[in-house]
Amino acid sequence: MCLAVPVRVTALLDAQWIEIEIGGIRTCVSSALIDPVAIGEYVIVHAGFAIARLDIEEAEKTLALFDEIASHLRAGADALHPRLS
Amino acid sequence: MRYIHGFRDGAAAAGLARLLAAEVDAAREYHLMEFCGGHTHAIFRYGVEDLLPHNLHLVHGPGCPVCVLAVPRLNAAIELAQQPGVTLVSYGDMLRVPASRRRSLLKARAQGADVRMAYSAFEAIEIAAAHPESQVVFFAIGFETTTPATAHVILEAQRRGLRNFSVYCNHVVTPAAIQSILDSPEVREWGQVRVDGFIGPSHVSAVIGTRPYEYFAQEYQRPVVIAGFEPLDVMQAILMLVRQLNDGRACVENQFTRGTTREGNQKAQRLVADVFELRPSFEWRGLGELAYSGLRIKAAYAEFDAERRFHLPMLPVPEHAACQCPAIIRGVKKPTDCAIFGTACTPRDPIGSCMVSAEGACAAYYKYRRGTTRAAR
Repeated sequence: MCLAVPVRVTALLDAQWIEIEIGGIRTCVSSALIDPVAIGEYVIVHAGFAIARLDIEEAEKTLALFDEIASHLRAGADALHPRLS
Repeated sequence: MRYIHGFRDGAAAAGLARLLAAEVDAAREYHLMEFCGGHTHAIFRYGVEDLLPHNLHLVHGPGCPVCVLAVPRLNAAIELAQQPGVTLVSYGDMLRVPASRRRSLLKARAQGADVRMAYSAFEAIEIAAAHPESQVVFFAIGFETTTPATAHVILEAQRRGLRNFSVYCNHVVTPAAIQSILDSPEVREWGQVRVDGFIGPSHVSAVIGTRPYEYFAQEYQRPVVIAGFEPLDVMQAILMLVRQLNDGRACVENQFTRGTTREGNQKAQRLVADVFELRPSFEWRGLGELAYSGLRIKAAYAEFDAERRFHLPMLPVPEHAACQCPAIIRGVKKPTDCAIFGTACTPRDPIGSCMVSAEGACAAYYKYRRGTTRAAR
């Protein structure tokens, strides 16, 4: 039930509706539950409603941390998981 | 998409697994509850459990709204759908959930009831506007992620002056459920369930923020880490919980910084506070009556409350004798402990609600792990 996906805002339709894009598909969702967003920003959509803005800066920080962990592993000689050895 | 697939990278998962293996204290056992069924499915789908140290155990929580809906309330929805002139609209998950005498909304529809599946609560408004001759009832279920949308459609129905629209409200709140687990005799007295810390739900927290968890993190001395739904999110959250437990800390930490803050979505919170109020008590499947755990529509919006508009009798019903859903929801049993798991009860023909939903623990075991359990490997 609580599944939600991050999507990119492609157009602002009116005060309550935005057009979004995910995986090449465009559709309209309600933006009534969030503060105004701009085209190009990302929002998290659940059951036809945007429920939060996706903070790209924070997402990139988390991804950079994962990258660092991954490259650390590659640098190490013994791989823990058989799939990676 | 970078903001989905970036959080599923195999090399980073292996790196996190290695960090976890290095940081867990071999002399102790870690029991962490993932509250949300979405996490349960992510853990099984991506094989996260296989990457965890053997002294780290995951306990599946009750965060699956269709699983915890009390059967009398579902029976009432089926009765309502069968009334002439009524159109019942609900989310897809809900329609296949078995009620008493193996009825379901889907079977009621096959017998002629007007039951519609909606992706968004807004569709219920559109059906009501297009069919002024029928009484359209939105069968609303869900945790805090879903509640603001229901609040919005009630306000929208009022704005449009829709007289044939109402909401059968079954919304529940997360913090009350977590507290009930910590207060349950299985945890407090019998020691059947051990929960050292919680992996908190991300999308619920996108709405309510991380503040509501602070009370019981402190009061019950259990760390909580709010985690995103991708596999790396879950693994990082587990690492954060292990670090807190090793340090003897019990705070609320946020792994899902890209989607929530301490305050959460205040606009959505205001909408919910405007339309709904807490019920003094609400029945959960498996957990029983929990104080201040469910929402009802405020008197100011009474005309949109299906429980006031229709007579909805809530008759107590016995649970199916073999179904272990109530114990599974409490984390006391695993799906594989149930005698009818995968035999009489399957996703195609479910007996218990946990086998139905894309968030139920039984459905996760059936889909990703049939025949293999951790102990068997």
